[in-house]
Amino acid sequence: MLSVRRVLLFVLLSAPLAVPAADVRVAVASNFAPTLKRLAADFTAQTGHRVLISSGSTGKHYAQIRNGARFDLFMAADSERPALLEREGIGVAGSRFVYAEGRLVLWAPAAASLANPRDLLASGTLTRLAIANPRLAPYGLAARELLSGWGLWQGLQGRLVRGENVGQAFQFVATGNAPAGLVALSQVLEHDASARGAYQVIEAGLHPPIRQQALLLHRSPAAEALVRFLKGAPALATIRTAGYAVPGDA
Amino acid sequence: MSGEWLSPGDLQALWLTLRLAAFTTLLLLIFGTPLAWWLARSHSRWRAPVEALVALPLVLPPTVLGFYLLLAMGPQGPLAGLSLAFTFTGLLLGSMVYSLPFVVQPLRDAFAAIGEQPLESAACLGATPFERFRHVVLPMARPGYVTAAVLGFAHTLGEFGVVLMIGGNIPGETRVLSIAVYEHVEALDYANAHSLSAGLLLLSFVLLLLVYTSRVRRRHAV
Repeated sequence: MLSVRRVLLFVLLSAPLAVPAADVRVAVASNFAPTLKRLAADFTAQTGHRVLISSGSTGKHYAQIRNGARFDLFMAADSERPALLEREGIGVAGSRFVYAEGRLVLWAPAAASLANPRDLLASGTLTRLAIANPRLAPYGLAARELLSGWGLWQGLQGRLVRGENVGQAFQFVATGNAPAGLVALSQVLEHDASARGAYQVIEAGLHPPIRQQALLLHRSPAAEALVRFLKGAPALATIRTAGYAVPGDA
Repeated sequence: MSGEWLSPGDLQALWLTLRLAAFTTLLLLIFGTPLAWWLARSHSRWRAPVEALVALPLVLPPTVLGFYLLLAMGPQGPLAGLSLAFTFTGLLLGSMVYSLPFVVQPLRDAFAAIGEQPLESAACLGATPFERFRHVVLPMARPGYVTAAVLGFAHTLGEFGVVLMIGGNIPGETRVLSIAVYEHVEALDYANAHSLSAGLLLLSFVLLLLVYTSRVRRRHAV
């Protein structure tokens, strides 16, 4: 009898202490949205908080947040835009962190062998090469730096097609309109395995790192819980499986 | 505003956009005429479905059109082998689909307004079908042609979603004005985005102004 009363007492006392379930609004770079959906399901199961995901381009999210869009967390495709916001006094100072590091792959679904990506790109057999726009997307910048480093950037000019982001570059290859593309490993892994074909991960040292940073925009118990969750080991394992490197990886 | 108003790249985009809009309008006026004529005159049971198909681009989001065009141009699509994706010709085809109702509908209405009588009179006077079209239909449908041309041109100027899907943002080939603006905005280059956007706004306004002043003048003339 006493024990039941104790349990009741405990429940009554602890209820006000528990954080009531709330919504966390996240603006996330499109390339990370599928992974975030999986993470959000785990997070909701653990905490009861709901994650409302707005997937889009980091440039657009930046402009929206600057103009007062009510997001709690900004998960960008690069580190430039979160840093810019922080410098402009938007968001919680000091809350910026790398949540994933993108891996660039050469994807040529119909290629027989991709053991040496540089040779394939230099051979001139590819009629088109899809990349993300280097001016807009970190994956595009990485692609440009890779090709420049290999001395192929100028020679490939006539054959490059630029997607506004890496999602579109991927789409150009997936629909067969471009035979190859420099895209994200996470996209290729997300793609239907039967249609995946040949791909080769590009050595990370050959291009500037694709550091995706997040910035907390508004403090709330739910948003801060999500940040803690994203930095935790189970979340990092999920992110790694999705095709990213995570902070602490060699 | 400092320096030149438009960079060479933006000027190239402007020129490309004007070319695309001009070709699209011209081709749509040519191919749209028989289609609009048939829609205005036919009692076929196919008329309603065809009319619905023509109006479809009004309703569908341009990204849907663009996505299906991209699939159609891919190796499994019906247009495979023509190498249309990422080319000016591909954009031209996409723009014609996108602006189809804006040209065909004014023409259809203009043809329908002519009615049977003038044509029957001309036929009684011995005019061949071509002469009837040249000397009766064309002059009477002229306002419809002006509206169709301006709307087709203006609508193609503002095309974005379709080009984004099938263009590939190639300078001088597929990077049109709206894509250039979008790229400036995304790259946080708001100054260039402003000057290009203002240019497009002005151009579109002048075009529409032309349509409406010509309409007012016509009403006064009658």
